[in-house]
Amino acid sequence: MFSGFMANAWEVGTIVAIVAGVVGFFVVLRGAAFPAHAIPNGAFAGAAGANLIGVNPLVGLGVFSVLAALGIGTLGRRGKADVATALALVMMLALGAAFLSQSTQYEPEIFSLLFGEILGVSTTEILPVAVLGLVCVLVVGLLYRRLMITSLVPEVAAARGISPYLIELAFLLVVACATTMTVPVVGALLVFSLMIGPPAAARCLTDRPGLAMLGSVLIALATLWAAIACSFESNWPVGFFVATFSAAWFGLGRGIAAVRQRRGLWSGRPAESVA
Amino acid sequence: MHVLFEPGFFVSGPVHTAAVLGAVVAVVSAIVGVFTVMRSQSFAGHALTDVATTGGSGAFLVGLNPLAGFIGGGVIGAGAMDLIGVQRVRSRDLATGIVLGVATGLSALLLYLDTTQHATTGATQQILFGSIFTVDPSTVPVVIALGAVTLAAIAVISRPLLLSTASPEIAAVAGIPVRLIGLLFMLALAVAVALSSIAIGSILSTALLIGPPATALRLSRSVHAAMILACALGVATTWLGILLAYDSYYWVSSHQALPVSFFIVAITVVLYLLSGLPAVRRRAGRVDPPPTAAPMTPPVPAAPRRQAAR
Amino acid sequence: MGRDGSTAREVPVLEVENVSVAYSGRTILDAVSFEVRAGEFTGLIGSNGVGKTTLLRVVLGLQRPGSGEVRVLGAPRVRRSRSLGYVPQKVVLDPDVPMRARDLVALGIDGHRFGVGRRSKHQRERVDQMLHAVDAERFANSRVGSLSGGEQQRVLIAHALVSQPKLLLLDEPLANLDPKSVQEIVALLHRLSTDQDVAILLSAHEMNALLPVMDRIVYLSGGRAASGTTDEVVRPEVLTKLYGHHVDVLRLHGRVLVVAEPGAGGHDIPDHPPLTVV
Repeated sequence: MFSGFMANAWEVGTIVAIVAGVVGFFVVLRGAAFPAHAIPNGAFAGAAGANLIGVNPLVGLGVFSVLAALGIGTLGRRGKADVATALALVMMLALGAAFLSQSTQYEPEIFSLLFGEILGVSTTEILPVAVLGLVCVLVVGLLYRRLMITSLVPEVAAARGISPYLIELAFLLVVACATTMTVPVVGALLVFSLMIGPPAAARCLTDRPGLAMLGSVLIALATLWAAIACSFESNWPVGFFVATFSAAWFGLGRGIAAVRQRRGLWSGRPAESVA
Repeated sequence: MHVLFEPGFFVSGPVHTAAVLGAVVAVVSAIVGVFTVMRSQSFAGHALTDVATTGGSGAFLVGLNPLAGFIGGGVIGAGAMDLIGVQRVRSRDLATGIVLGVATGLSALLLYLDTTQHATTGATQQILFGSIFTVDPSTVPVVIALGAVTLAAIAVISRPLLLSTASPEIAAVAGIPVRLIGLLFMLALAVAVALSSIAIGSILSTALLIGPPATALRLSRSVHAAMILACALGVATTWLGILLAYDSYYWVSSHQALPVSFFIVAITVVLYLLSGLPAVRRRAGRVDPPPTAAPMTPPVPAAPRRQAAR
Repeated sequence: MGRDGSTAREVPVLEVENVSVAYSGRTILDAVSFEVRAGEFTGLIGSNGVGKTTLLRVVLGLQRPGSGEVRVLGAPRVRRSRSLGYVPQKVVLDPDVPMRARDLVALGIDGHRFGVGRRSKHQRERVDQMLHAVDAERFANSRVGSLSGGEQQRVLIAHALVSQPKLLLLDEPLANLDPKSVQEIVALLHRLSTDQDVAILLSAHEMNALLPVMDRIVYLSGGRAASGTTDEVVRPEVLTKLYGHHVDVLRLHGRVLVVAEPGAGGHDIPDHPPLTVV
């Protein structure tokens, strides 16, 4: 299970899981689950479009993921965030449908982009994934404190000269990068689960932000490794295992959170207290 | 006139079906959508299209009635989302995401199991994107009937639903079973979304669920006015989209019509953008609050908190 | 005053000069002028909707006034002013967020810095100091979202003060608090103002709780402001002119009542229609 082409799968999987854990920490913190789903889905439409005009689908993927991120960010500035995300998403999907309609052939490669094929990753594909992944992690590291402060107390951040809007745009672009780089390997739809379940579980286990991010990465790694192993044994798709294990972690996290709250461990004091 | 209405538009059978079906779906989506947007549940509304589609493809692959699969899948998904979800908006979206992830994983599994059995050329595309022009006319009565049932259900719970949307705390104190109402709404949403997915495809389902209601809410002063406006916008958008899609067959020399979904979504988005223009909003009597510094992610409504002992 | 080389203590921490804000045809602030000097405790008093939050936003640089100028420590208001601390109204912190009170206060020091890195010993000590100063040590390691409203407020005050600003702005910190908590917060703020050498400007819709500690009052009504000491401002002549109709001022057991004639229209009196005793 660890030799030959599988070695590539483990390597890529490790990179993807680390990025998903890091970026996912903020996806969960900022309530950006919908954009995290919408951006790769919208990007997929770009791949179809690129294919239509004879350009490398991955370029279309990248361009549309950036457009999706910017669209969601700007539309959501004045209106409701989830409405903006929904409309940006359907606009991209409709464009994708329009592109597909103009092509008279059925393109199975496009649909493989939906679900990816991590077990079939070639060695040459690892480097771009690693580079993009590193970029994502570095940007998150750079903006770490600003992301934290704009997530918690945006008005205070604004008073200090930090623009919550610009930070949000930057974050959405990071999500675009993180989801797009993983599309060829894990598919457009599955890194999403990895960015939700593990971080949601991690933050139920600890009160400290640094530890929560670390936990998020570790749980994501455990999840993807287990998924790859199960997929290798059963031949069932990796994505299926990623989604179900992520859901299990999420449930575990909620259970632990409930126990901690009842026991007063949440607030570090006995359940009844006087301010 | 001839330029606008290409030959054969008004007598075409598929166009009739499309127009009727489209209008019915638009109205149901508009009304359910107004509540969806007010409750900030757009993600759930969209996610349920994917969940319903999973149910539909699953049913299709095992030979069951796809409609039953759509509705069953949607209902189960909605129930799961509601059960796992918590009152806080951000946590609700996480639950939605988890359920969506599982549904997607199941789709992947179904697709894998299916490809090892028979070819799926076109079927996946059909299910994912849908096509209003190729819907079997016999499904129309079923869709209308289920749509009516959904609207009736919404009408029944509309007042407690409004109150618990505006303020869960006040509603709870007034004796309204807020969780139950929330669950009932999610189930109604699931059915509405399943219907529209199978009739007009997942993309349009979300577009008509969110677009016209969001536009209408921006322009109206009351919820009732918003619902009426949303219906009007939804139906008008749908019919105009059908018209343009039909006409587009003649525009391009390759005679490949652009899909109806493209036109309807484009019109929807344009209307929403127009409704955001300051000039338009002032005409509608809605004054913009000064731009806030708040981020675009949803604010967290106050969870009932233990107050300091007084 | 200000730019002639005089010592820092003589330059007002905040100068608001003829600030006007109009929106959608409505005048919200009309030529408002006042000063806050170093270490002073100033109350911005006015009823709900009169423009207190707007004024604070202008001071913070979050909103541009139609006309007028704001100067902080003699210099025109700049976006990234380190001299101002801010505690907004109605902050709700999510209990699901993994952040301790101590972490939120620490962000007050370096929330604007790029990158990650361990905080220095000096910084951590400063955080401990602030937590002690606001009496938040008991829950320093608890999740911010699990704290009560009053506790969260203290944490936010600590967050605002940890970087040692010259002026602390609070938007309606006393709203929705019971009288005992109001007293506690006012006493805390007064103590902090002295210990941390910081001027305080807080908005409220009733002034009585602040009377014991307020050095100056800025009284807003109908977009116009009257500022000075309480004795200078809270007088029938001054307030009648401000409101545009006859107003009486009664003092009873150390409390102040501002009373309008029954049936008098015009602007709201802070805190009540005709008569309430607080």
